[in-house]
Amino acid sequence: MSAILKNRRIRDKLVQMLFVGGLVLLVLLMVLTARSNLAAQGLTSGFGFLERTTGWRISFSLIDYSTSSTYARAILVGLLNSLFLGALSLPIATVIGIAVGVMRTSGNGMAELIGAIYVEIFRNVPLILQLFFWYAILLALPSPRNVEPILGSVALTGRGIYIPGLNVSGGSVLVAVMILLAGIAVALWAGKTRWARADRARVRFEKRILWAIVAALGVVTLWLGRIPDTPLLTLPEARGLNFDGGIRVSPELMACVIAISIYGGAYIAEIIRSGFNAVPKGMKEAGHALGLSGLQIFSRIRLPLAIRIVMPTLINQYVWLFKATTIGIAISFTDFFMVISTSINQSGQTLELIGILMGGFLIINYTLAWVLNRVNDAIALRGTQLRM
Amino acid sequence: MNASSPAEISRQSLPNVLKDRYFATRIDTVVTLTFGAVSLWLLWSFFEWAVLHAYFDPANRDACVQSEGACWAVVTARWRIVLFGLYPFEEQWRSALACLAIVVTTVLSCLPWFWSALRLALLWVVGFAAFYILMRGGMLGLELVSERDWGGLALTLFIFAAVVLLGMPLSIVFALLRRSELPWISRTMGFLIDTIRSLPLLTIMFAFAVVLPFATPDWMNGQQLYRVIVGYAIFFACYQAEIIRGGIQSLPAGQEEAAKALGLRYWYRVGYIVLPQAFRNALPPTINQVVITFKETSLVTIIGFFDILASGRAASGTGEWSFATIEVYVFVALIFFVFVFSLSRYGAYLERRLRVGTR
Repeated sequence: MSAILKNRRIRDKLVQMLFVGGLVLLVLLMVLTARSNLAAQGLTSGFGFLERTTGWRISFSLIDYSTSSTYARAILVGLLNSLFLGALSLPIATVIGIAVGVMRTSGNGMAELIGAIYVEIFRNVPLILQLFFWYAILLALPSPRNVEPILGSVALTGRGIYIPGLNVSGGSVLVAVMILLAGIAVALWAGKTRWARADRARVRFEKRILWAIVAALGVVTLWLGRIPDTPLLTLPEARGLNFDGGIRVSPELMACVIAISIYGGAYIAEIIRSGFNAVPKGMKEAGHALGLSGLQIFSRIRLPLAIRIVMPTLINQYVWLFKATTIGIAISFTDFFMVISTSINQSGQTLELIGILMGGFLIINYTLAWVLNRVNDAIALRGTQLRM
Repeated sequence: MNASSPAEISRQSLPNVLKDRYFATRIDTVVTLTFGAVSLWLLWSFFEWAVLHAYFDPANRDACVQSEGACWAVVTARWRIVLFGLYPFEEQWRSALACLAIVVTTVLSCLPWFWSALRLALLWVVGFAAFYILMRGGMLGLELVSERDWGGLALTLFIFAAVVLLGMPLSIVFALLRRSELPWISRTMGFLIDTIRSLPLLTIMFAFAVVLPFATPDWMNGQQLYRVIVGYAIFFACYQAEIIRGGIQSLPAGQEEAAKALGLRYWYRVGYIVLPQAFRNALPPTINQVVITFKETSLVTIIGFFDILASGRAASGTGEWSFATIEVYVFVALIFFVFVFSLSRYGAYLERRLRVGTR
């Protein structure tokens, strides 16, 4: 008996070793083949190329970048652009999703019908096709000289959308955003530890102080970062064939934001709808019995419960949506993936760059999932009212 | 479920429904009227653009350029390019038949009669072989058309069918490996699946199309198309493996324990007890995954394949029709919509049906 047991244990060990060893061997073989193939083309492996200058342009960049910048800088530009695109589209998609999700569960036939049509149209057509579609529409807008800005501040042209902007340096905007994020982080942390025990008046007071500090710090940072000798606010003005002043949002970025928000909005709407449907009917009826108004029942009972129910699904959806931002390459929006693939073309450092690409996405997605899971933990209901 | 009691059934008359669903409160009335007006206006504008001011005859190209309406003439003139790509003109009936073969196979596999592993596998092998022989030719008196010349809808369907066909068995293997009782195997598989799932599909396609040839010996490389399909199939399998794993986990543990107690060996337990039930549980998300897979085949456009999206762009890409891009996009979107919408409706129907069965 013991001999069989021992045999089996040995066999199990052997199988596992073979499996893992085989995989490692496969990867090793591939890396070695790749190195010898690349060496035959006269390329040295290693990350030294990151210090070299790129020599190519990037059409959209949040930080300073020129053709004499290094590969490392170019990759950073791409990474920031991807994050920027995600930071714009994910919240917009959420707003659309919640609005449509509410419409589809409102009980009003017309609102439900329109919500359903929206979801069915945009969920059943590939994202990349929608991207091409919006891009074609944006490019078909009239040329700048034929456009009169709406209210003197927003101009929709075929060369981009012009909106009013602040004359402040990019760095200070970044710091201001960081301050805001730090404020949110502190609020979440405090909500879980300190405010969970304190009484209501105190919590409200401390919340006000926290947001006042955040707002003050943000305004001061932006003020310190203003560009000297210019008015703080700049508006787009027609000058010759183009617009001057204001901020130009390129059609590429705009198309990506529109496409991802609308597509993601349709998916999020379905998730939110399932959340509303999962809130027990008794909750709503109890609210009515207590004499709460329809709006109160919605904002204090149904929405908070629905969001909490679907939070895990939503987290997956956000990670998935962020991955979808890579389609920007189809209309040459210079995101992380596009910069990497251009770098591969230009430098030939295939293995290293693919490593950076995969590493970058792993880190971003795991961070996103981690942060959202913390949010989920922070807002999750204590007790057992809603374990489903 | 609305009409559960007789009293409620009698209230389902049209005026009552209208009052309940559209004009219940003052706010409801406002919402109904506003949304109704806006959607009527949108619908009318679209109707004006798509029908009233539209041109359908390619002879009217010049009028098209001036007109405010849609120029469907581009579709009447170029639909063959959109559907068949660069496939030789005289042989395009084969491409059409091949598409039909895949569609019929998909429809047939939606019928419950085919829901056994053997029948499904047989059906798909036959359907896929029919597609391949029709498309590629080189036998039965059909002229040889190499994969390089495939395009349009046929290429999209080919990639889709090949990915699902290759990915399904692979996903079962992945799921079983991940659930293995041997810790190192399940951990390694878990790590691999999680890693691939957190990468965008596009980067995986790109890696298999462009980077892989560096890392494999020449005899293994094959055509770029097949490399992309393999990469996509692995990606699909990682997602599908998690779905199947979910299906397995929702089974009561007693099922497998009872099988063990009866002395069934591993393959009997998996093949006759676990997987059939797991698949039944996992059917709705599986169909969802298949729908997503079909939509995302369009990403191969970026890698440089001539699928239906790329051929649509080509149809309006050249000088003559370059003003009519949006019309072509709408046409291609419509094709996708028909496929994806019917599949997802079927999925929803199935979900309802299965729920009825378990109640």
